[in-house]
Amino acid sequence: MNYWPLIGIAVVVVGFALKRNPVLVVIAAGVASALAAGMPIGDLLALLGDAFVANRTLLLFVLTLPVIGLLERYGLREHAQTWILGFRKLSLARLLIAYLGGRQLLSMLGMIDLAGHAQTVRPLVAPMSEAAAERTVDLDDVARERVRALAAATDNVGRFFGEDVFLAFGAVLLIQGFYERNGIHLEPLHIALWALPTAILAFVLHALRILWVQRALEHAGVDTAARAPHGDAAP
Amino acid sequence: MIRIVYVYWLLGALVLVCAAFNLRERRWARAMMWAVVAAALLFGDVIQQASLAHVRWPAQAMGLGVILLGILAGTGQASHHDTSGARSLAAARLGNRLFVPALVIPFATLALVLIAPYLVWQGTFLLDRTQTTLVALGLACVVALGVGLHTTRARFGEGLGEGRRLLDTLGSLALLPMVLATLGSVFTATGVGEAVAALVGMAIPVDNRLACLLAFACGMVLFTLVMGNAFAAFPVMMAGIGLPLLVHKHGAAPAVLGSLGMLTGYCGTLMTPMAANFNIVPAVLLELHDQYAVIRTQLPTAFALLLANLVLMALLVFR
Repeated sequence: MNYWPLIGIAVVVVGFALKRNPVLVVIAAGVASALAAGMPIGDLLALLGDAFVANRTLLLFVLTLPVIGLLERYGLREHAQTWILGFRKLSLARLLIAYLGGRQLLSMLGMIDLAGHAQTVRPLVAPMSEAAAERTVDLDDVARERVRALAAATDNVGRFFGEDVFLAFGAVLLIQGFYERNGIHLEPLHIALWALPTAILAFVLHALRILWVQRALEHAGVDTAARAPHGDAAP
Repeated sequence: MIRIVYVYWLLGALVLVCAAFNLRERRWARAMMWAVVAAALLFGDVIQQASLAHVRWPAQAMGLGVILLGILAGTGQASHHDTSGARSLAAARLGNRLFVPALVIPFATLALVLIAPYLVWQGTFLLDRTQTTLVALGLACVVALGVGLHTTRARFGEGLGEGRRLLDTLGSLALLPMVLATLGSVFTATGVGEAVAALVGMAIPVDNRLACLLAFACGMVLFTLVMGNAFAAFPVMMAGIGLPLLVHKHGAAPAVLGSLGMLTGYCGTLMTPMAANFNIVPAVLLELHDQYAVIRTQLPTAFALLLANLVLMALLVFR
């Protein structure tokens, strides 16, 4: 067993820790691993080129940018905030838990790319979350970033722990294919159904997480509100 | 038939426009970077077909391009224009109509996916049946831009300019998901997976089924942390521990082990900057100062879920 290719992992860890440009770090790691494995330069270049092109699907989100950018210029985010304020009882937690459930259900039905960070989180969910949170708390810059990060995290959890319940999703087919090659025949439906318990747990646990962040924000907000008129509280 | 390649060409053209904007502003490194990316999108199909026919130079040239991308990344500054004053005026004027184009993207995608089986002309499907969702997403973006231009009465060039502004805000980080997937291929080809599985295998007592299960789960998480992708971890950990030790030796139920094993890996995906498209790109898209803010928010959920998943596995896998 040749353990030298593991040097690529070391390059990634050190490079990320030193906060060098991630793209540079990752490409350097790939080159280091390949050289450590004794791969000829010609093969390395061909491998890099083929793999890069094969994964160009991952750039498709860029197609949403012109329309999202245009709508933002004409005030989409500002309007999303005003609109959400019309719902008197909608708190940050209720909004995000509803989004979590909806995202999970859509992913279970295979509609994975319907929502996403570029498609829905930046233009709609993040500004709506900020507006909903501001109903109970005054958001400073730090708190505002926490709310935005929570919106993005909610999208991730909803997506990840819904998609595995969908039959034709790559993960299910990957599991089925792996067993098939090793002489064990399974129905995709059978594999997909076993993802349900985790999906339900993910909903419950992340809903609790959302409530926790909301409470933390409110407590911080109450502290500053209580402190402000007196001005003599300890820093 | 509308194939996914046409969507890539459209995307390539958009990225090329972005390169041209940067060229006009004399940001040479940025312009070069987007030009290389545009080449991958415009000639991707040609490169793949050449490789299938064992003609290697197009892929090798692209490989040189990838290394060039690494060198160019990080150079070149993004520009920011502030237009917040004009925004709220327009928002008040346009109101709820602003939502329509934004919602066209998901709903047009959904509608196209649903009607795709019936869109048949002269015996062929109009939308590529192997990549329906992605083709539909591409078309939906075009439709949404059309609707958006109509709603705002903006010029087409304004839409391109705004798309370019957002893409340049993302900068080289937009490429990170693609580059990481490429690293995954390199790791697979150089046997990094087998080396990790061998190290994990050395450390566990193979006669204890719970120890094997724990090693399998930890391996899935660790490997996902490194690769940023549970898909890459799965075959390695299954071949190393799951199949020989858990299924064959200890009689684990394959369907449960496969499904819960993969989801254990997903808990790792929530924790790693290597899963850039989920964890780093949104931090940049949402203009957060801390690149790791999304991961930090996800950590409590990820650890709690990992623990719950381990309990589920211990209860359900050996029945």
